[in-house]
Amino acid sequence: MADTSVAHAHETTAIHQDNGSAWEGAKEPFKASYGKLMMWYFLLSDAFTFAGFLIAYGALRFSTPTWPEADFVFSSFPFVEGHLPLIFVTLMTFILIFSSVTMVRAVQEGHRENKNGVVFWMFLTILGGATFLGCQAYEWTTLIAKEHMTVSENPFSRHIADGIYLNPDSSEARNPDGTLKTFAKGDNYLLHKHDGKFDIPLVKYTSGEYAGQIMEAGLGPKAFGALFFFITGFHGFHVFSGVVFLTIIMINAASGLYVARRNGYEMVEKIGLYWHFVDLVWVFVFLVFYLL
Amino acid sequence: MAGHQTYEEQKALVFRGLLILGVITIVEVLIALLAKGHLISGIKFSEGFGHYLYMLLMVAFSLYKAYFIVFYFMHMAYEVRGLVLSVLLPTVLLIWAIIAFFQEGDSWGKRRELIRQKNEEVVKPAPNRPQGLYQLPRTIEYPLTKS
Repeated sequence: MADTSVAHAHETTAIHQDNGSAWEGAKEPFKASYGKLMMWYFLLSDAFTFAGFLIAYGALRFSTPTWPEADFVFSSFPFVEGHLPLIFVTLMTFILIFSSVTMVRAVQEGHRENKNGVVFWMFLTILGGATFLGCQAYEWTTLIAKEHMTVSENPFSRHIADGIYLNPDSSEARNPDGTLKTFAKGDNYLLHKHDGKFDIPLVKYTSGEYAGQIMEAGLGPKAFGALFFFITGFHGFHVFSGVVFLTIIMINAASGLYVARRNGYEMVEKIGLYWHFVDLVWVFVFLVFYLL
Repeated sequence: MAGHQTYEEQKALVFRGLLILGVITIVEVLIALLAKGHLISGIKFSEGFGHYLYMLLMVAFSLYKAYFIVFYFMHMAYEVRGLVLSVLLPTVLLIWAIIAFFQEGDSWGKRRELIRQKNEEVVKPAPNRPQGLYQLPRTIEYPLTKS
């Protein structure tokens, strides 16, 4: 047993010596360069991180009796009054798709060793990434400064049953035309903040397990705000890092560094993989937060 | 790496990609707005069977977008089999993670009332239990010698 294994070891050493430089890395595993392969495995591990966050979102969402509806929460648009559900986030998605497409073009020009093409398309990609970050800044600002959502307080929620609104003295609240102020199960509401305190209305449910009881229609599930800021923030941080690295690599490309390397602008290809991954993650963030 | 396609074919792929991703996104948003009753008043499928169909459709569209990005934009379609499998197979584990954690979350949701009761429960010691039963008698001395 020992003899054969020694013989086998000799054999493999001999094979490697025959190939000359297999141990020195001349033969690429999976016909991909070390850097590209490691970028793939980094992205795989990053995918698991994001999957962990999104699965946590799912688990917490399943565990609460109510959850805010995306088309109610995300319905603001710069310089436009009123509700425009999901339109702004669709715009953000398009910006990211465009910047992904320009990135593909940059990689293609790199394969042709076309320096100016690489720099031009990378510049457009950076512009797209920066615009996306700007949009996210607007979205966050609206949620934090205007609607008062934080990681620990979430003013968005939905009614868990049918019912009517009450005045602070427990009498029935009425509309100006004298009819009762009613709501249905699943109706969205946003609590407003005055002088640092949320106005929490009293309600009386007319259906469900709390029928007949007077209760407060309070703040929504805390986890919603925390998950939203944490997950979109983590994605935004990826976009930000991507923009930084894209800028560095664009400057390197413009300076002619990669012309000297003669490897088809492999650095551009690697940052391209990362950038597409950021777009890929957005597909799922978009699905989980805005569509489902 | 780039030898598999002509330059013209590559450029065509880019615009096909833009078209596919763009159209799917628009269709997704339109279906979402329709499902939540924003497009046609009175039509809404946010409960029951319609809702499940809607979620299935959205997941399917998103998975197709993901497939397109990974295989064509990230060139996975042109990599060797070993690389493709070593990156894609581990993600299969996520299917189990999704099933397990969603099940867990659902269970928390169902036991919410029980969890609240247990959190508020005041635990009193049993009336007849002799005090100090679970304390070690002071007389015990541990051997301090070491071999």
